[in-house]
Amino acid sequence: MELLLFLILFPALMGFIFLVFPNNRARDAMVALAALVLIAATVILFIQNYGAGTVIYEIEPGAVSMAMMALEVVLALGVLYLAVKYRQWIVGALTIIGTGVVLFAETLFTGPEHLNNLFVDEFTLIMAMIIGVIGSLICIFATGYMRDYHDHHKEIKDKRRGFFFLLFIFLSAMFGVVFSNNMFWLYFFWEITTLCSFLLIGYAWDEEAQKNAFWALLLNLLGGLGFGGTFLYLAFTEPSGGLIMLDSLIAAGPAIAMIPAALIGFAGLAKAAQMPFSSWLLGAMIAPTPVSALLHSSTMVKAGVYVIVRFAPIYDASFVGFLIALVGGFTFLLASSIAISQSNAKRVLAWSTIANLGLIVTCAGIGNAAAVWAAILLIVFHAIAKSLLFLCTGTVEHRIGSRDIEDMGGLVSILPKITIMMIIGIAGMFLAPFGMLISKWAALRAFLETPYGIFAVILIAFGSAATLFFWTKWMGKLLQVAWKPKPRREGEVSKPEFYSLLALAAGVVIICLGFPLLSSVVVEPFLIGIYGIGASLGEQNIAIMLMMMVVVFILPLSLIFFRRDRRVIPHYVGGRAATMDMEFAGSMGVQRKVELSNYYFDGIFGEAKLGKAGNILCTLFIACIGVVLAMGVIV
Amino acid sequence: MINPFIGAILFVIFAPVLGGLVAGIDRKVTAHMQGRVGPPIFQPFYDIFKLFEKESAVVRPEINFYIFCYLVFLVITGAIFFAGEDILLVIFALTLAHVFIVIAAYASSSPYAHVGAERELLMMMAVEPMLILAAAGMYVTTGSFFVGEIIDFQLGGGGLLVTWIPLLFIGVVYILTIKLRKSPFDISTSHHAHQELVKGLTTEFSGPTLGMYEIAHLYEMVFLLGFVWLFFAGIPLLGIVVVAVVYFLEILIDNTNTRAKWQFALRSAWLVALVLGIINLVALVLGIIQPGTLGVL
Repeated sequence: MELLLFLILFPALMGFIFLVFPNNRARDAMVALAALVLIAATVILFIQNYGAGTVIYEIEPGAVSMAMMALEVVLALGVLYLAVKYRQWIVGALTIIGTGVVLFAETLFTGPEHLNNLFVDEFTLIMAMIIGVIGSLICIFATGYMRDYHDHHKEIKDKRRGFFFLLFIFLSAMFGVVFSNNMFWLYFFWEITTLCSFLLIGYAWDEEAQKNAFWALLLNLLGGLGFGGTFLYLAFTEPSGGLIMLDSLIAAGPAIAMIPAALIGFAGLAKAAQMPFSSWLLGAMIAPTPVSALLHSSTMVKAGVYVIVRFAPIYDASFVGFLIALVGGFTFLLASSIAISQSNAKRVLAWSTIANLGLIVTCAGIGNAAAVWAAILLIVFHAIAKSLLFLCTGTVEHRIGSRDIEDMGGLVSILPKITIMMIIGIAGMFLAPFGMLISKWAALRAFLETPYGIFAVILIAFGSAATLFFWTKWMGKLLQVAWKPKPRREGEVSKPEFYSLLALAAGVVIICLGFPLLSSVVVEPFLIGIYGIGASLGEQNIAIMLMMMVVVFILPLSLIFFRRDRRVIPHYVGGRAATMDMEFAGSMGVQRKVELSNYYFDGIFGEAKLGKAGNILCTLFIACIGVVLAMGVIV
Repeated sequence: MINPFIGAILFVIFAPVLGGLVAGIDRKVTAHMQGRVGPPIFQPFYDIFKLFEKESAVVRPEINFYIFCYLVFLVITGAIFFAGEDILLVIFALTLAHVFIVIAAYASSSPYAHVGAERELLMMMAVEPMLILAAAGMYVTTGSFFVGEIIDFQLGGGGLLVTWIPLLFIGVVYILTIKLRKSPFDISTSHHAHQELVKGLTTEFSGPTLGMYEIAHLYEMVFLLGFVWLFFAGIPLLGIVVVAVVYFLEILIDNTNTRAKWQFALRSAWLVALVLGIINLVALVLGIIQPGTLGVL
């Protein structure tokens, strides 16, 4: 238990230290050190607990709960102040309603105080590993990146002390979210992540940053009302407070827990940036890249899918679950399609995150053991591959001065190592036999076990075709080296940046090779604990997968063979007269340089059109959930 | 069901031979349709052997590597299929192989190859949903994704697969035209010299590099015909007849159609997959389709 408290309190403490520490190398070194301590602590936690099943830790809630409530009020007042100052009336109203409802509900519970406030089970362990390891690596990366960032953006005020403070508070709150069994505590940490993301998105605090930050805050506060609703519902149905604990609520089964599950699912959908809430995550791109990496991989959106996957056993085979799966499924299909039309690398990554979260939500909505298996592995694969991709994009942006994929042509000759890591990340996102594809495969199998799953399968089939397109064209662009390659610039990448990238890239490879172990040691025991049955892809399939992976790693050796006995000649280009450097004789005697760009199909996959359609559809589905529950249809 | 290893090994060894013969017959039939005599049946083999006698000349050295990967993963795709393993894995391996050929074309950084790469990617996107939905249909019918068990189901009195998922079969035949690079969907590269892309995807490949590409295409062809055969695996000989008929149809379509625009290829392939897929799968799940619904089979 000391370890749990350490993981929650240590980053917060470090955060406060960084708040007062000046911007210098010593601070950066301390950030790195704190990050390494966090990594070590999560690894120890994992080793200590992986075979233990669910372990409940008892903590006297009295003083802690009071402190949290007091902090909640203080923070709410802070948000109110900002809301009034910047005339964000809706944000202000939501803050008052949200905090008010929760405080009111808290007074309604009459029963004795429960002690089982913190817990650890296999799913928590996985989440803790993601937060602790990936989150910490991002913090290390940020030390190098933020120096560059302020060199590139002289106009932005250097608030790095606050920046690192927020990063560590964020990690602390995320640990709180996944360790809390008491839902009031969970809610407290949940709201802190909302506030942290608000402040980090608004880092530059210019007009656009303010706008996007407040928009993110607004949508997440709106989602947070789901918790308020849950507390009210539980206060009226079970005033003794017996159900306020996550484990007892889930164990109570769909008949009792369906309405709370739907309300918390609503909060989760907002946080996980599902349509119609997806706009906040795109707006969040305004923040420095490490923030994007953090929001997309190990924190924030992962908190959203975490609670949804927690309630998957309640959604299993229910109509509400089916509707949630539809929200996720359509988000997956439409967000993947929109990603085709984007050339800004960060926006491609953002839409792909939304899509993948959609897939996770679909799995959780379907809710059977096999689907949850897929969902948990998706969370893992996505966290590591996406953080790698964001950080690579950030690094590349500082080197070539653009985050546009069209400007990344032939990047492999300029930044070979970074590009190879980027390709590892991309391959991990969609390609057999790597990461995400394993989960997609498992998801397809899981959906087909349920009667309505066929609709989810159709959505996934089309959506994954779209992901294929935008990832491959990105990869192709990186590898499209011109006849005269540009000079290398790899040496300019700072050490903290390079090594955290390397660690993440190694992580992608390790997790791809080691997923069967992860599955059998952690994920399957978790499923057996809940459903009584495990789930896996089957030994035969895993064997073939691993064989393919080995082939992928061996094949580059053939390059040695292909380098011999071959002559490099200029392009044939259908026999046209062209210079070595691909210049054509154009009309009027003008020499024209060849420029190659990718297809984007704005007319078919345009963001405005598809985004609007998705928002309308998914709002309808969410409204349907409300109607269904109001009509009392529980199963 | 025969031993899985034998199936895989037979495929690895004999697929190029079988594929070459089919390609040879294809050229002969095509020639007759066009009022020509046509090359000897074995011409595809002569072509490939000749390619390997040529000098290895490339625009960029890594292209050879990408195409080699393409070949290897197509062989693996077919081997997994003929070993009776998971059909979804087969589809994913096929995708992986094609990603390599697209990357090879990108890496040539020539305008024709670049457009070919983009279009090939589009065609992959057009085809994939249909393949996955077909696999889903097979699972709903037989309760298994394993090719071996799908065959056993049919041999064991479950009825021919095609009687359960006839619409999905039609959809697969539709996208087969894309996969075999036949008109009107020979959009990224073509066997015929009738295009603005010169050779599209393969413009910059030559000598042994192009030879590897051609061999890979033979492997892919045999795998695709195997996929069609799977729908009739309950009566193996009938399956072979159907495969022959379907392939003849493809040649006929190839010779009677001009090339379509990519927009049409993408939209029509997705529409076919969506409409036929939903109708067939929903009917299957609701139990509307029973074996024998289509009569004698």
